[in-house]
Amino acid sequence: MNALGRFWSRARQSRAVLFCGGLLVGLVVVAMLGPFLSPHNYLQTDFNNILSAPSLTDGHPFGTDDLGRDLFVRTLLGVQVTILVALVASAVSLVIGVFYGAVAGLTGGRVDAIMMRFVDTLYALPFIFLVILLMVAFERNFFLIFVAIGAVNWLDMARIVRGQTLSLREREFVQAAQLSGVSFVRIILRHIAPNLVGVVIVYLTLTIPQAILVESFLSFLGLGIQEPQTSLGALVDAGVNHMEGASWMLLIPAALLALILLCFNFLGDALRDVFDARQSR
Amino acid sequence: MLRYALLRLLGAIPTLLLVIVLAFLMVHAAPGGPFDDERVLPPEIEANIAAAYQLDQPLPQQFLQYISGLLRGDLGPSYRYRDLTVSDLIGSAFPLSLKLGAMAMLLAMLVGVGVGTFAALRQNSLLDRALMTLAMTGIAIPVFVLAPVLVLLLAVHLHWLPAGWSGTTGGGRFILPVVSLALPQIAHIARLTRASMIDVLASDFVRTARAQGLGTRTIVRLHALKPAMLPVLSYMGPAIAAILTGSVVVEEIFGIPGLGQHFVRGALNRDYTLVLGIVVFYATLVILLNLIVDLLYGVIDPRIRQR
Repeated sequence: MNALGRFWSRARQSRAVLFCGGLLVGLVVVAMLGPFLSPHNYLQTDFNNILSAPSLTDGHPFGTDDLGRDLFVRTLLGVQVTILVALVASAVSLVIGVFYGAVAGLTGGRVDAIMMRFVDTLYALPFIFLVILLMVAFERNFFLIFVAIGAVNWLDMARIVRGQTLSLREREFVQAAQLSGVSFVRIILRHIAPNLVGVVIVYLTLTIPQAILVESFLSFLGLGIQEPQTSLGALVDAGVNHMEGASWMLLIPAALLALILLCFNFLGDALRDVFDARQSR
Repeated sequence: MLRYALLRLLGAIPTLLLVIVLAFLMVHAAPGGPFDDERVLPPEIEANIAAAYQLDQPLPQQFLQYISGLLRGDLGPSYRYRDLTVSDLIGSAFPLSLKLGAMAMLLAMLVGVGVGTFAALRQNSLLDRALMTLAMTGIAIPVFVLAPVLVLLLAVHLHWLPAGWSGTTGGGRFILPVVSLALPQIAHIARLTRASMIDVLASDFVRTARAQGLGTRTIVRLHALKPAMLPVLSYMGPAIAAILTGSVVVEEIFGIPGLGQHFVRGALNRDYTLVLGIVVFYATLVILLNLIVDLLYGVIDPRIRQR
C-alpha cells in the first residue's frame, strides 16, 4: 500500500523507532516460536516439580508454578495472549474511532457538534468500572474482553481523526470528489482514510499499551483471562500470591509486562516526534 | 462565576444519568439471577426472594425505584451481605479509601511539581534527562506491577516496611500503599510541570522580573509557579480517576479493607447491587471532583474567569 510505504520510509529514520519496534517484533517472534522449543506445554502439571526455581538444566528456564506447570511456556503464552488481546481490541477501537471521527468531521455543523459533545460526555465516565461491571454481568466471556476494551479506547482516536478530517475536508481532492457525486462512505474509505494512515498508526502505538493495561488490570483482578489460559496480568496476580517463597513467579512476568509497555510508550513517543502530530492535531 | 458553576453542575446531571442507566442495564441484562446457586430452590421460595428484592417487577419500574432510592441516599440491599445495605458498606469502607487516595494525591502533587520545576531549571542537563526517562518509566509501569515489586524489595527482603495491612498498626503501613499509588502520578505531574515551567520561564514577564534583579528562586515562587500549574490542574481530573482505579488494585494487594476491596470481592461474588452501587458512587465522585477542578481553574486563572 502506498500510504503505508510512505509511513515506513519516514518512520525508519528514527533510531528509537527501529530499536523499540525491533525489540517488540523480536519478543513476539520468541513468544510464538518459544513454546515449540520446550518439552512442556502450558497445561501439563508436574507434582514432583512444584515451585522449583528457574534453572537451565532441568528444562524449566523460568521455573514452575504452584501446580508444577512450566512457567517458560506459560509466560510466553501470556505474552501471546496479552499482545493478541491488545491488537484485536485496538483494531476494534480503530474501526469505531476512525468511522466516528471521519463522519463527524466530514459532515460538520450541528451533527459534528452533537457527536463530539457525546464523546466529551463519555470522557467523563470512569470507564474501567463499567468494563468491570460488564465482565461481572457476562461471566468473563473471552470475546467480550476485546469488545469492552475496544469500546473504551475509541474516544481518543475519534477526536484525532475528526481533527484531521476537518482539515482534509477543505482540500481540493475531497471537494472535487464531493462535487462529482462520490458517495459519502466512498469518500471516507477512498479519500479520507488513506490520508489518515500516519496519524492513526502513531496513535495506535499509544492505544495498544492502553489496551494491554486494561486487559492485564482485569486479569490481575481475576476478571479477565480465565485459567488454564493465561496472560501477563494473570501471571503477575499468581506471582503476588507466591512472592515470598517464589519471587520468580512475580518478577519474570512483571518485568516482561513492564518491558512491553515501556517499548510501546517509547515507540509512540518517537513516532509522534517523527510525524510531529502535535502540529497536525 | 456562580452562574458558570451552576451551569456546569446542571451539565453534569445527564452524564451521571447516563452512567446510572448503562450500569443498571448491564447488571439487569446479566444472564442468570443473582441467587442462582448449586442448590435448586423450590419455585415458591424463589418467587419470595424475587419479591423481597423487587426482582419480579418490570424493568422500568425497578429502575424508577432505584433512582428514587438513590435520591434518598439508599442504594438498596446487598445480595451477599444479607444484613447490610450497600450504603452501609460504602459508608464504612470509603473513609479509609479516601484517606489513602488523598494522601497519594497530596504526595503526587508535592513531589511531582517539585521534581518538574527542578528539572525545568536544569533543562537538557544530564540530571534532567535522567529524571525524565525515569518519569517515562514510571508512567508506563502499571500500579499492579509496581506495588508487588516494591513490597518484595522493601518489605520481604529488606524488612524496612510492613508488607500487609492486617496485623500491623501505626502510620508505617500507609507508606507502601500510598507510594505505589502516587508514583505513576508523580511521574505524570513532573513531566507536565517541567514542560509548562519551561514555557513560562521563557515568557516576557519572567524576563522583566529578571531585569528587576530578582533571583531565580523568587521568580519561580512568586511569578512562574502559578501559571505553570494550569496544565497540572487540568490533569487533576484524569489523576483522580487513575488513583481511584489504582486504589482498587492497591487495596487488593495490601489487603486494605477499603471500598476498592469491596468492589473486587463484589465483582467476583456477583453481588450485583453492591457493584452497581459502587460504580454509581465512583461515577458521582469522579464527575463531582472534575467539576471542582474546573471551577478551581477559574479561581487560579483570572483570564478564564472574565469570559
